[in-house]
Amino acid sequence: MRYTLLLHYPEMGAAELGEEALAEGQRAFSSYAATLHQAGVLLAAEVLQPSANTTTLTMADGQLYVQDGPFADTKEQLGGTFVIDVPDLDAAIEWGRQAPAIGWGAIEVRPGATFTVDGAWRPNT
Amino acid sequence: MAAKYVNGQEARLAAERAARASYGRLLALLAASTGDLAGAEDALSAAFEQALATWPAGGVPRNPEAWLLTVARNQQRDSWKSAYHRTFAPLDDAVLTGRDAVLLEDVDVDAMGEKRLELLFVCAHPAIDPGIRTPLMLQTVLGFDAARIGTAFAVPAAAMAQRLVRAKKKIKQARIPFTIPERQAMPVRLPAVLEAIYGCYAMAWDEGGTADGATGEVGMRGEARYLALTLARLLDSEPEAWGLAALITFSLARVPGREAAVADSGGPGAVFRPLEEQDCGLWDARLIAEGDALLRRAASAWTGGPVSSGATGASPGRFQLEAAIQAVHCARARTGATDWAALRTLYTALVAVAPSLGARVALAAVIGRVDGPDAGLSAIDAIGDGGPRQVRAAVERFQPFHAARAELLAGAGRTNEASAEFASAARLTLRPGVQDYLLRRAENG
Repeated sequence: MRYTLLLHYPEMGAAELGEEALAEGQRAFSSYAATLHQAGVLLAAEVLQPSANTTTLTMADGQLYVQDGPFADTKEQLGGTFVIDVPDLDAAIEWGRQAPAIGWGAIEVRPGATFTVDGAWRPNT
Repeated sequence: MAAKYVNGQEARLAAERAARASYGRLLALLAASTGDLAGAEDALSAAFEQALATWPAGGVPRNPEAWLLTVARNQQRDSWKSAYHRTFAPLDDAVLTGRDAVLLEDVDVDAMGEKRLELLFVCAHPAIDPGIRTPLMLQTVLGFDAARIGTAFAVPAAAMAQRLVRAKKKIKQARIPFTIPERQAMPVRLPAVLEAIYGCYAMAWDEGGTADGATGEVGMRGEARYLALTLARLLDSEPEAWGLAALITFSLARVPGREAAVADSGGPGAVFRPLEEQDCGLWDARLIAEGDALLRRAASAWTGGPVSSGATGASPGRFQLEAAIQAVHCARARTGATDWAALRTLYTALVAVAPSLGARVALAAVIGRVDGPDAGLSAIDAIGDGGPRQVRAAVERFQPFHAARAELLAGAGRTNEASAEFASAARLTLRPGVQDYLLRRAENG
């Protein structure tokens, strides 16, 4: 069963955070990814650039609107995702608990519905 | 199959007996492997329908539980088969060909392990909305329908049904596992299960209380006791589970005394009698003895076994303390007196472990008994004092606060103030019997 861990946390620039904290965060993410990989549960992971660099597209009356900024302008932003394959929700919650971002934000544990293999959809079971 | 021919009525009774005795067991067995509670319910109800259709002619099977389980399993397979056909073309025939080879009654239900415990932990899983945990237990473990649960929770049947469907869907789709939490996870997971069972009991208590015609006993309150006992026995070494079973048992023991006034009054409404004025000769001595035994079991589990369910090393947990408080009240039936000093010790410990508004008000009332009304009044007036506005507002709305304060004022001879408090307490209760009692006190002191 595939679950995506969605990491939501307040965005802080390198200047605000300080170099040391930034380096420590990076180390924590590295070791978390390595742990997931060693356990054989990690399918994919991505840490996103700050929402200041995002662009939101909408379509209304056949016209495309391109806007600067995230879809939802909230204090916490989606900062990264981990896709894991584990037996059940309890296992997914346990991995979510260990994510470094739990210290400064919220982790959403969302079961997958379908995913693609070579461009074809497969049900998540 | 036992070829005892029965009429429709007898078959119905046999099916109902089987349903009542084993609904939760069968449902838990059927749902455990798939996580699909709604599908298991459908399969089980189809099996009951088939029982009603075939038992009158063919006789009630020797082992009705095994019969129902087998028929429900086949039903589940049929529905998977059609679901597979609809969704995915390739079908693993090996999965399906075996189905007719399963002989009815060739199943030993008792040897299949107890799955109800897993079901209780699923219903009270942290990923399930706390407000739906108790209804979910009532429906899946005890087989109550959404309409009855809705009535008890003052929610329209359709809305309750919808919330239950949503919760079951989440259990299946998010794959909440049917497992008993491991030892180290137990302290985090058990309190929610206890809380939900206690919720079932408290709700039934508010529902008020006449014997339930459908079950011939004390209705949902009896069911809550059954759940608590099941949980305690299955977990065996959890003191708080035994404590909850003891608490509910003591409480049930006092039901006859509490409700005897209904018969006395001759009027339409129940007449309320406070605990101390109840005729303890009416209390159920058998249940009190059983409560005592359960509480001893809790104490031995607590000192000897692991300390997980919310109990700290220094003090027993909340449910054991509440059960002990009930035990002291029930002991009046034997000794003729209430041991207020013991109650004070127990309430002091309860306030330390689980500082609820109810516990603090009760402690103040007991202090009033032990040290006099003035001491009780300073204790009760300290509740919420200097706290944030929401806390003071909650105290203001809390009916037992006003009832206890009124009693203390009356004891201190402050008659006018007592009348005003009794009137406030009367305004805040929804139970006519209690309201009448408080209004009488407001007038007569």
